[in-house]
Amino acid sequence: MSSTNNTEIEKIEDTSLVSDTEKSLSDSISKKFPNVQITYVNPNRIRVNVKREEIIDVASFIRDELHFDHAESVSGVDYPEDNQVEVVYHLGSYTDPSLSKQILALATRTPREDIPHPGNDNTKLPSLHDVFPSVSFHERECFEMLGVYFEGNPDNRRLLLPEDWADIPPLRKDFAIKGR
Amino acid sequence: MSERILPGLQLEKVDDRIMTLNVGPQHPGSGHMRIILKVDGDYIVHCDPDPGYVHRGEEKMAEYRNYITNIPHLERPVIHDSCNILYPYCLGVEELLGLEVPERAKYLRVIAAELNRCVYTQYWLGIYGIFLGHSTMFMWPVGDRELFIDLLEKMTGARVTHSYFVPGGIRNDVPPNFEDVCLRYVNYFEKRIKEYADVFYDNPILISRTKDTGILSREDAIKLGTTGSVLRASGVDFDIRKKEPYDVYEEMDFDSDVLKEGDSYARSKIPWLDMFQSCRIIRDALQKMPKSGSVRVKLKPNPKGGDTEVYRRVESGRGALGMHIVSKGKPQPYRLKISVGSFRNLIAMPHLLTGEKLGNLPPVYWSLNYWPVEADR
Repeated sequence: MSSTNNTEIEKIEDTSLVSDTEKSLSDSISKKFPNVQITYVNPNRIRVNVKREEIIDVASFIRDELHFDHAESVSGVDYPEDNQVEVVYHLGSYTDPSLSKQILALATRTPREDIPHPGNDNTKLPSLHDVFPSVSFHERECFEMLGVYFEGNPDNRRLLLPEDWADIPPLRKDFAIKGR
Repeated sequence: MSERILPGLQLEKVDDRIMTLNVGPQHPGSGHMRIILKVDGDYIVHCDPDPGYVHRGEEKMAEYRNYITNIPHLERPVIHDSCNILYPYCLGVEELLGLEVPERAKYLRVIAAELNRCVYTQYWLGIYGIFLGHSTMFMWPVGDRELFIDLLEKMTGARVTHSYFVPGGIRNDVPPNFEDVCLRYVNYFEKRIKEYADVFYDNPILISRTKDTGILSREDAIKLGTTGSVLRASGVDFDIRKKEPYDVYEEMDFDSDVLKEGDSYARSKIPWLDMFQSCRIIRDALQKMPKSGSVRVKLKPNPKGGDTEVYRRVESGRGALGMHIVSKGKPQPYRLKISVGSFRNLIAMPHLLTGEKLGNLPPVYWSLNYWPVEADR
């Protein structure tokens, strides 16, 4: 899924299983935001790749028009070969019963630096805290584990790691476990 | 403040009004986490949860081990609910590798997951009881829990940390007389947990301590993205077993209980009500289960996933438990993100505790069904 070519829809796995809900969701996103890349539409799962400038607009659209109301998880994935860090928001809906099976993965990428200075380098993304308040602790975790600074998150402190941690963010690929 | 101080330490001006109080990380009332409170007299004016005391880096470890050797360490965050934490992992890996689980294994998985949910809930209930000063409520659940631990030992060979679920099924079949023993234990257990109402849930002391404390409204529960018992106690009917059924939950006859109050009492009642539903599910599964058949598909050594990613979730004892597995065609996952209910409910803690009396900390904290080890991963 990480390939960077800009085809509109890369892969639809077994279209017979994909329901109308997923099709209409992905259609309404691509109609409103033509630059957005929908990488897959699987049963109950949609993945949307956006540029970091657009993520707030797309997230607000997903919340207001498509009725996704909370974030289930925020995972950061490090791609050193692309020189990028990807952040994937998994969004779900409690209020709309037709969406209860759906998880919408909203992914964006930010440049990555070889010698990270978390918070002071180019690895930054706009925070979705104002759109989905549920992301706050998840973004804090992502900041300390991958060094992605979320602009607009009121609380960008350390969370799980020790206070005197002085190494690079541990979920970066160049952080190696001893003996492995 | 101009002097350089060590990281993690903070200097503070002594104020005659606001006092900072560290609850934990080794205080028995907070589990293995620290809550930094600012109190004004008896009232909490600021609450800052500080997890991470038992952080073990499960996600990083998972990137170095293959899909099978990941099993034993991934269940460590919740050893009492180890089947449920392995469930989304196995579902995800099965989706990655394209495995079809045998029918009998699906039912046995559901039985093991429900037994495990009861074992976890009983342990949590015991701690909830003891920290409210109710020592009978510690003894009873911890004693009754032994029944299901015995059953799980018969199934899996281990009291806790079962490592029972594997991609493609379960590790081994149950012993020949399992169905009868299980049914007998479940019937007794159900009779037993009914009695908890008399000693605990209808107890005026518990009601006076937990009713109307730490109220989480329906709107806030949705906005903060809480899950599991916290969400269902605030009137949102959302149970993944019902909403996105996995394995054979679709065929099971059960209800998911919802309460509207949103206070600590409702939050502490939901897991107890869930145990009755677990008993129903287990009985139903025992009846519908195929009496024989294979329980595991044979895997190739060192199976490799494709160049794709999956996100699977289940309902654990503490709410939705999701796993995001990114595969890059290697025997190891490229990235494994574990999204746990405890971590998602953490955000409700400052929201509920700010403005509460300090004495309401234990009922509110424990009613969140929070498991620090799981949240830290």
